[in-house]
Amino acid sequence: MTTILRPDLKLIANMVEDGSSVLDVGCGEGDLLDYLVKEKSVDGRGMELSQEGVNVCVSKGLFVIQGDADNDLVHYPDNSFDYVILSRTLQAVYKPRDVLVDLLRLGKKAIVTIPNFGQWRVRMSLLFSGRMPVTKSLDQTWYNTENIHFCTILDLIDLIEAEGFVIRQFTPYMRDGTATRPNPRLANLFADQALFLIEKSSA
Amino acid sequence: MTADTGKTATLFQKTPLELDSGAMLSPVTVGYETYGSLNAACNNAILICHALTGDQYVASKHPITGKPGWWDRLVGPDKLIDTNKYFVICSNVLGSCLGTTGPWQDNPATGKPWGLDFPVITIRDMVKVQAALLDHLSVEKLMMVIGGSMGGMQVLEWLATYPERLHSAVALATAARHTAQNIAFHEVGRQSIMADPNWNEGRYYDTDERPRKGLSVARMTAHVTYLSEDALTRKFGRNLQDRDKITFGFDADFQVESYLRHQGFSFVDRFDANSYLYITRALDYLDIAGRHGGRLSDAFKNARHVRSAVISFTSDWLYPTSENKAIAHALNAAGVPVSFAEIEASHGHDSFLLDIPAMDQMLRGLVTAAATSGGVE
Repeated sequence: MTTILRPDLKLIANMVEDGSSVLDVGCGEGDLLDYLVKEKSVDGRGMELSQEGVNVCVSKGLFVIQGDADNDLVHYPDNSFDYVILSRTLQAVYKPRDVLVDLLRLGKKAIVTIPNFGQWRVRMSLLFSGRMPVTKSLDQTWYNTENIHFCTILDLIDLIEAEGFVIRQFTPYMRDGTATRPNPRLANLFADQALFLIEKSSA
Repeated sequence: MTADTGKTATLFQKTPLELDSGAMLSPVTVGYETYGSLNAACNNAILICHALTGDQYVASKHPITGKPGWWDRLVGPDKLIDTNKYFVICSNVLGSCLGTTGPWQDNPATGKPWGLDFPVITIRDMVKVQAALLDHLSVEKLMMVIGGSMGGMQVLEWLATYPERLHSAVALATAARHTAQNIAFHEVGRQSIMADPNWNEGRYYDTDERPRKGLSVARMTAHVTYLSEDALTRKFGRNLQDRDKITFGFDADFQVESYLRHQGFSFVDRFDANSYLYITRALDYLDIAGRHGGRLSDAFKNARHVRSAVISFTSDWLYPTSENKAIAHALNAAGVPVSFAEIEASHGHDSFLLDIPAMDQMLRGLVTAAATSGGVE
């Protein structure tokens, strides 16, 4: 049985090499992890905040630790995974910079996706309504959103470079998973979300 | 107390059991129960490890109290641990008093009950006896070893000592070491037993007297640590027991006092005071990381093939989430595939014995995944 993956998760899955080891941080109900284990023979582990999510993952036979990126990544040894995946979660952590550094401490590569706060719809929404933007990709109001550290594509590129990491692949895309123009400035204006494959510079 | 209607095996007859203390024991009898049967592939055995005052009657009537098994809710035909499908083993731990060798038993050298001459034991010693019982039952490898509280500590010692005999391991509401607070509560219990004049330095077996008061106070103290303030408040509040107003005396005015007294007095009918001393000591001595230069993960280095899981409960202050999570992180750091969940439950440490749907869901997933990956038909 082939798992039907959300389009953005499919983009991530395509980047992961067969037989590698993967930690999916914020793995939800384990859709991506389950796909990687079954279709790509990956040695997969997960981390998930919600107990319900962990239960669903466990019933799929996956190995998932209930925890969060801010507090639990520090307990993982260096270089324990080929890939560490952080999908649409970086903007929801308390310390995005520390989390990013941890991802590349315990993983050889990090795959990070973010919602793009620089997209023209978001800019227009703020410009014309004068209120914090609520769009299809960012559909929560300011007072109940989990997203406490919004950033744009260019913001994340700046942070990655400031930490001395290297972007090996950059794929901006729309909500349905179709890729947009890869030029960072244009992507920053048009893409809903973006995917980064990041490595340590020495690698 | 020595009367036992269950199964008994006599082990370590030729080669004595060498304890962590260096002392030797021979022979060692083990009281145990089994449910279901071992399949042809010998891959469906589940060992259930019981807690401090638990016993082998996990899914059958207790011979003294007549109560149903302590995990009867989960273990049995068509239940979560389905005995139509799995071969379930549960044995009385070393040092306890329902058929397994302990201080109540006759010392072969003197023909009299051991009392305090019985050697001090550890959780790992208990596990060594369980491993010998598996040999006796022709069980080479376990599909799963599972237990809560002290049972969970045995699971951890299985992971550290006999990982090659495990396919999966589940530890609930447990710890890899006893903290100062854990030791402190146990010391109160032990001192209470020892302060009872009937205890008589542990030599009470040849009299009609038992240190009932001391053991019952020990149980009352321990029982409070198994609950939570929330659970006590919900169950009893400041409700009075069979009276309209306080009596300005020291009767059990409050329901909670009456409840604890009942817990204490009913306990002494089914448990031996010296066994309580020995087993609480075994718990206090537990420090798995201590044996490995302070690195818990080093204890699990040879368990990388074992599907493991750790479960904690939000209101458990005896073995809180932090202790359980530390175990999960250590397993993870050792490269052992591990899942961890903190189950929302308000009943305190005893939650693992109660009907908590989220725990059941997690356990069901773990048992099913272990059976599937273990090739159990």
